[in-house]
Amino acid sequence: MTLTNSQHQRHYPAPPNQIYLYGTCLADTLFPDSGIDAIEFLERQGIEVIYPQGQTCCGQPAYNSGYTKQARTVAKQQIKQFPLDIPIVVISGSCGGMMRHHYQELLDGEPEISQFCDRIFEFTEFLVNVLKIKLNDNGEPERVALHTSCAARREMGVHLTGRELLGQLEHVELVTHPYESECCGFGGTFSVKHGDISIAMVNDKSQHLAETGVVRYVSADWGCMMNINGALEYQGKSLRGEHIASYLLNRTQTKEQ
Amino acid sequence: MNNTTPASQTQPLEDESKYAASARNFRQNVARDLANDELRSNFRGAMDYLIDKRQSAFSDQDELETLRRQCQLIKQRCLVKLPLLLEQLEQQLTSNGIKVHWAETITQANEIIASIIESKQGKTVVKGKSMVSEETALNDHLEQRDIECLESDMGEYIVQLAHEHPSHIIMPAIHQNKRQVADLFAKNIEGFEHTTDVDALIQQGRKVLREKFCHADVGVSGVNFAVAQTGTLCLVENEGNGRMCTTVPDLHIAITGIEKVVESLNDVPPLLSLLTRSATGQAISTYFNMISHPRQTGEKDGPKEVHLVLLDNGRSQMYSDPELRQTLQCIRCGACMNHCPVYTRIGGHAYGTVYPGPIGKMVSPHMLGLEATTNLPTASSLCGACGEVCPVKIPIPKILLRLREESVKPVGDIPLIMKGQGSGRKPIEASVWKAWAAVHQSPTLYALSMWAVTRARAILPQKLGPWTQARTAPKVAAQTLHERVKLRNSQKQESGNE
Repeated sequence: MTLTNSQHQRHYPAPPNQIYLYGTCLADTLFPDSGIDAIEFLERQGIEVIYPQGQTCCGQPAYNSGYTKQARTVAKQQIKQFPLDIPIVVISGSCGGMMRHHYQELLDGEPEISQFCDRIFEFTEFLVNVLKIKLNDNGEPERVALHTSCAARREMGVHLTGRELLGQLEHVELVTHPYESECCGFGGTFSVKHGDISIAMVNDKSQHLAETGVVRYVSADWGCMMNINGALEYQGKSLRGEHIASYLLNRTQTKEQ
Repeated sequence: MNNTTPASQTQPLEDESKYAASARNFRQNVARDLANDELRSNFRGAMDYLIDKRQSAFSDQDELETLRRQCQLIKQRCLVKLPLLLEQLEQQLTSNGIKVHWAETITQANEIIASIIESKQGKTVVKGKSMVSEETALNDHLEQRDIECLESDMGEYIVQLAHEHPSHIIMPAIHQNKRQVADLFAKNIEGFEHTTDVDALIQQGRKVLREKFCHADVGVSGVNFAVAQTGTLCLVENEGNGRMCTTVPDLHIAITGIEKVVESLNDVPPLLSLLTRSATGQAISTYFNMISHPRQTGEKDGPKEVHLVLLDNGRSQMYSDPELRQTLQCIRCGACMNHCPVYTRIGGHAYGTVYPGPIGKMVSPHMLGLEATTNLPTASSLCGACGEVCPVKIPIPKILLRLREESVKPVGDIPLIMKGQGSGRKPIEASVWKAWAAVHQSPTLYALSMWAVTRARAILPQKLGPWTQARTAPKVAAQTLHERVKLRNSQKQESGNE
């Protein structure tokens, strides 16, 4: 599906020397490897990565549950942690979408909110559009599938940048799974509040991914992957998702490293 | 209203609670329909087909985007002028000879229609497809007054034979496959020759309908666009039944929501073009009827009397809030439900409301109150597929978020935005979010709780409600990313100092 959503069209700055990394609460508690891998990968591009210890959560869980006031309090706290005028790279499309788009409405009237939102870049978006990265594939030939979170796809255009990055890997064949653009059924509190609908959706998604016969799929969102990997493991399937930061780090590693 | 008898007081309540009650059963409905494999496969197949049809109708993305923007602006302009346009519509229709009636509630609408029919001693009604008449449960009401009502749209006819409600606003019987329809016809149509050939099936159904058209006293239809400047009622349809309903019987009664008014005839072509392509992938519908007046002297056909009933039923409430007002931009194409992964899984009946899918989640809380519909706005992963295809660019996920917010607001919060506001607020959930905010706005508290969670990882529960019914529980890391980065930085510093 081609997207002509104007939200994706933005002005990209020149490659910076320094960036902030937004690790997200999910990666912080459950999947810290992805955060470390993202930092290592960015450092390897010659960029200094600052990880503010005061960051917590973007506020999306409360925001999506209708608790706007609580989301606003937490959002304001995040903004304070990133005082320098440098890009903030987020290793999740949905948290990125929250901070880039929804903060505008949530914190409407706050001083310099637009400038803050303008500094938000999703990880793959940053690699492709800001760094204009050229990847050197040192991995074995492999077929992989790509799952893009809905927020990433529709708010951040990440399905395009994800595809672009995987396309740069010489020995990697990108396999498109059936119903590729369809939601995995996570949706934050949706997966708990409407568990049975969410399960119906994740069972379909995991089956569609498994049908491709790949041994791994990549994604830039741990929300979806926690959901899909959890379902795959429950079903006893060996297929797993890997964060695209870890995937890129490993594939572009030179032999001596 | 003081003189109403107890009977007529309970009657409207029954009418109004019909959908409210089934919407309250959302969870049970979902469980029932998720377990029905045939139903799920019917929906998946039909939605795949409709998605493909729409996609091939919009091969030029730029044209689509331009048209969406244009139609969004048309609808927004007409909404800004809504009170004025409604007045103009009434004046123009009246001078054209069409009688206009206003109904604030569904009970009033039904009463108006029944009274018109009774004043003409009408006994039989043929209906063209009208979701607003489903909204008012008109058939039930007329039946109680001994007026026979026959649905003439093939899908509606099937649904009526099966004693069901439409499961889709454009394709009412989409939940049934051809085998199921053949079985239904076999039970209900005399002399039915068994077949599962779709065309042959439809032909046999049509034969029954054709007979009815000739003898009906009244035709009831919906309206897609009501043009204020000219007093024209536009009706989009594919089967010709709409034209039959609005030309053969002597009395034609149209019913529609107040948001269907547009300013001028110029507004119609772009909206029509988006409507048919978004709905069924058709460049244009087979029939497009424009009704401006009753039969005039010298004309050989057409109804002698035409009425229009304009229904509010919660629409003014949508109108009074600038964000929620966008809900009224809807032109009822059904594209949001066709693309909705939740609708595709649970089907149209599980919602329990007249309008299912994303559009239903947006309008039903205004029609039935947020209390009865509290499960609808939350039954979305907010994937945004609906908003992406909406021809008039309604920010559907954003509106669902807003409804969630209204639902969990403290009761008594001012201003009162909508009926049932605050009814979804659960004290426990509210305290959880308060505590969550307290932890996440304090880096120290956050660090402390993360430290505790990671240290307790071995003893954390492995059963997490619905989550672990189909997934393994996520495993908390031994060290948080915060800790790993801190450690990494200090190691780097040490190696730098050496």
